[in-house]
Amino acid sequence: MPRALVTVLALCLSFAFAPVARAQQSDLQSVLQDNQDAVANPSRSTVNEVIDALVASGLPGVAEFLSRWQEREVVVREEDGLFFYVEDDQLIDIATGEAAGPVPDDGIDEVRPNGGVRRELAGALVQFQLSSPDIAERRAALDAISGDMSADQIEPLAASIEDEPSARIAARKQRLLAMLTARFGEDTEARVEAIRQITNGVSVELRGVLNQILTTSDEVSETVPEDVNVARTYVPGEDMSLDAAYSELVERDLAPPRVSDADIYAALTQNIADGAVGGVPVEELSDPARRIDAYEALAAEGTVPGFVGPDDMAAAVDAYSFYAIYDEPDPAVTDAARAALDGVETRVGLSEAADLSLDALSLASIYFLAAIGLAVTFGVMGVINMAHGEFIMMGAYTGYVVQSLVPNYTISIILALPLAFAVTFALGVAMERLVIRWLYHRPLETLLATFGISIALQQLAKNIFGTQARPFTAPDWLAGSMVVSDVISISFVRIAIFVLGLFFLGLLLFILKRTRLGLEVRAVTQNPRMAASMGINSERINMLTFGLGSGIAGIAGVAIGLYAQVTSEMGSNYIVQSFMTVVVGGVGNVWGTLAGATLIGFLQKGIEWFNPSNTLAAQTFMILFIILFIQFRPRGIVALKGRAAGD
Amino acid sequence: MRALPSSVPWFLGILGLVVLAVTVMSEAVGTGLISTSFLKVLGMTLCFCLAALAMDVVWGYCGILSLGHMAFFGLGGYAIGMWLMYARTEIIVAANLAGRAIPPTEAELRDAIGSQIFGVVGASDFPWVWGFAHSLPLQLAMVVVVPGLIALVFGWLAFRSRVTGVYLSILTQAMTLALSLWFFQNDSGLRGNNGLSGLQNIPGFLDAPQAAVALAFFLASALALALGYVFFAWVVSGKMGSVIRAIRDDEARVRFLGYPVEGFKLFVFTLTAIVAGIAGALYYPQAGIINPGEMAPIASIYLAVWVAIGGRGRLYGAVIGAAFVSLVSTWFTGGGAPDIDLGFYRVDWVDWWLVLLGVSFVLVTIFAPKGLGGLVDLWTERRGRDRHGADLGPDQGALREREAGE
Repeated sequence: MPRALVTVLALCLSFAFAPVARAQQSDLQSVLQDNQDAVANPSRSTVNEVIDALVASGLPGVAEFLSRWQEREVVVREEDGLFFYVEDDQLIDIATGEAAGPVPDDGIDEVRPNGGVRRELAGALVQFQLSSPDIAERRAALDAISGDMSADQIEPLAASIEDEPSARIAARKQRLLAMLTARFGEDTEARVEAIRQITNGVSVELRGVLNQILTTSDEVSETVPEDVNVARTYVPGEDMSLDAAYSELVERDLAPPRVSDADIYAALTQNIADGAVGGVPVEELSDPARRIDAYEALAAEGTVPGFVGPDDMAAAVDAYSFYAIYDEPDPAVTDAARAALDGVETRVGLSEAADLSLDALSLASIYFLAAIGLAVTFGVMGVINMAHGEFIMMGAYTGYVVQSLVPNYTISIILALPLAFAVTFALGVAMERLVIRWLYHRPLETLLATFGISIALQQLAKNIFGTQARPFTAPDWLAGSMVVSDVISISFVRIAIFVLGLFFLGLLLFILKRTRLGLEVRAVTQNPRMAASMGINSERINMLTFGLGSGIAGIAGVAIGLYAQVTSEMGSNYIVQSFMTVVVGGVGNVWGTLAGATLIGFLQKGIEWFNPSNTLAAQTFMILFIILFIQFRPRGIVALKGRAAGD
Repeated sequence: MRALPSSVPWFLGILGLVVLAVTVMSEAVGTGLISTSFLKVLGMTLCFCLAALAMDVVWGYCGILSLGHMAFFGLGGYAIGMWLMYARTEIIVAANLAGRAIPPTEAELRDAIGSQIFGVVGASDFPWVWGFAHSLPLQLAMVVVVPGLIALVFGWLAFRSRVTGVYLSILTQAMTLALSLWFFQNDSGLRGNNGLSGLQNIPGFLDAPQAAVALAFFLASALALALGYVFFAWVVSGKMGSVIRAIRDDEARVRFLGYPVEGFKLFVFTLTAIVAGIAGALYYPQAGIINPGEMAPIASIYLAVWVAIGGRGRLYGAVIGAAFVSLVSTWFTGGGAPDIDLGFYRVDWVDWWLVLLGVSFVLVTIFAPKGLGGLVDLWTERRGRDRHGADLGPDQGALREREAGE
């Protein structure tokens, strides 16, 4: 510690009074020559002296020299032992920074500090960097400290705060200093105070510090000693399994090792004599109980170590206490850290919930986009369009084709959205005119006919675009993500999809509630015959509705293509979820689809949270939940009432 | 004994002739005109026909477009596959362990089998679903019990809440998806997407030539199809058959007449699920491998496609559809069909077969709702009466026209 203190003071001096210092000292080369051997052949034991001497000299080139030394850019000339930098095959004079002629072919040795020395050098450099005039360098130094904290960083850090010009970095330094104090400080009160200071936010750094303070190690002894900081005690059989407890004992040589089944087998095979082991005939050894009999007989003879049965294990474990102690001996500090960590973890939990909600919201908007077109056609015409997923796929491929023609990502995405709508709108209208119109009275057969179209379209896409995934790249301004804290972040693509979903929600509501077309669509939805009697051309309405629904599927395809891969099978990944969304939400209602998408999005993310490693299980449970949900609300969340409900 | 439809003797006769011809031409007993691998294809096709028969009863007769019967088919396959795999691995493991100085304990044997079977998914313990795998009778019972129970519970939940029509189809599709996703998981204990393999090796007949085993399964499949046909013909004829068809045509009216509609639907749904499971149990030992992909919703949709192309609402239609489409599909995708050179583009049927199937499916649905089975009507000259455009009832998919003629 005193060495570090001297270093820091000297450093401060060297920056504050550089001209004065220069006057006092000779040049850098002579300081180095004083320690010639230690510089030319650095080792961990000698490097600190050199650093101290250099820092004490207060010369302006010290920081540069240390950094170049660390980067292995320093050479020594054999004939006179002078040091030079090497740059572009030129020797550079260390003191003046001027070229000193080309690098000769021989007579030059590189100075090669090893890893340990370089770490020491890096530590010394951090102190320089903390007060460097370059703000990026100061940030890098703080990151270095945060990544690898140690006690001797406290003082240089504390010393550098006062002269820090940037308020933000000063705050960061303060915080880092408090963290260092919490971990390595000397008196209890200062540490507890430091812990109290830093306990806000949810950063990984903070959690790391608190967890470091709270590191525990498991101990075993006959009684729990008085003078240790016990984190918790274990009760074998409740907090830890009997097997684990016994293994702890074995590890500490407090109990004889267990004899595994494999050991028994090995021992028995080695001791077969006259078709029997320990008096038990070999053919009876397929019975585990007889194997133990035979083994115990061998153990009684003394040929093998004794068998440890369950009773022996329980007795051995009973004789000892199992507990964990904090590596930190001061209970006041660990209590404060524990309380702080609990608070942090509560906040992390809340942040995670918020993050999960954001994820769920973005998933819900994807489902909404994918399902709303289906809801429109299903609700208005009672037609199940199994090819809806393929319309999504066509939309995504439209985006891909546009992007391969127009290289600018921003323009291509702006072009792709209306184009995808146009392509799928035309396809939908064509399908309605050619196929679905003939099947209005046979809804189940519509399902099958559209399925036929679906497999044909899927295979066509495969034949045209191949089976490999095609890229559809988001422009740069959509790349990356919005980071709120270490826990909460959301990618811009998802925000864009959310906005797109909102936009289409508004657009559809506007069309349905505020336009002539919407009025007619609603009339046909509620009662096609009556609507026809009132002079509404229901065929035209059906055609336009189907086109609209398909067009939105195309837009959804562009949106989905932005973050998922464009393949010929991407549609089928969404089709069942889209159906679920429509059925759960309630048919023929935009709000219903919104509710369905929200429910399914949140549900899926919620289930994934319980079992994050297994998304397949999440989907399985979600579908089961939906099947059960249909039991209680067979017509969905937002059910049409009265005559409009049909049946 | 109620009178069975006149199609039954015809069907049994034609099936008998086909079986006889195939047996005579097989490698095992006859001239060897039909290779063993093609014999297997034929045997598997018969299993598809049985599944299609079940699908026709539940859809064509009862009006429930189930998109889950191929999942029941797969469940039957998994049930028998678990025993096949366990028993065969047991034989191999026992042979390995027999060389050791000390006879293995039951636990050692079981562990060794477990690590053999589950090594691919990084596990070695037997999950609970394998609890009965060591016993053939229990596992055979599972072939019937598992699809039956799932269909019963699902059907009860769905029918009692009056989910009908396309909603019901979507719900069955969701059930199928949930099932296949569950099977896809590694930790559900069924080897994830590796599925079960080596099922063509039948323990007890490991030394028998494949030709004989294939013929035996072919004959067993044909027998199952014949029995299934007679059984379903019996179910859909007579009074119960009338009620079932009435449910298809107007469910509400049947309910108002006092029939327990839900009970009938549940009966038909569960029964057909069980038959589909049996068909699967016969299919997969011939296929040799089963994986969850074969239980995906699309497989069940294909089953509906077969029935629709064959002509629903008539049992032989389902059989014709399944046999025709699956054999033609094998021919096209197996590279049997000659490529067509259009000058500017070469139509390779391996790539274009699905497009052709999809388009022809649309055409059949629109222009020939009676399917291939409708061709039989041309021969028997059974035509609907000329009603001058007036419908017999509100639902054009109904078969009241035909029944009015009976």
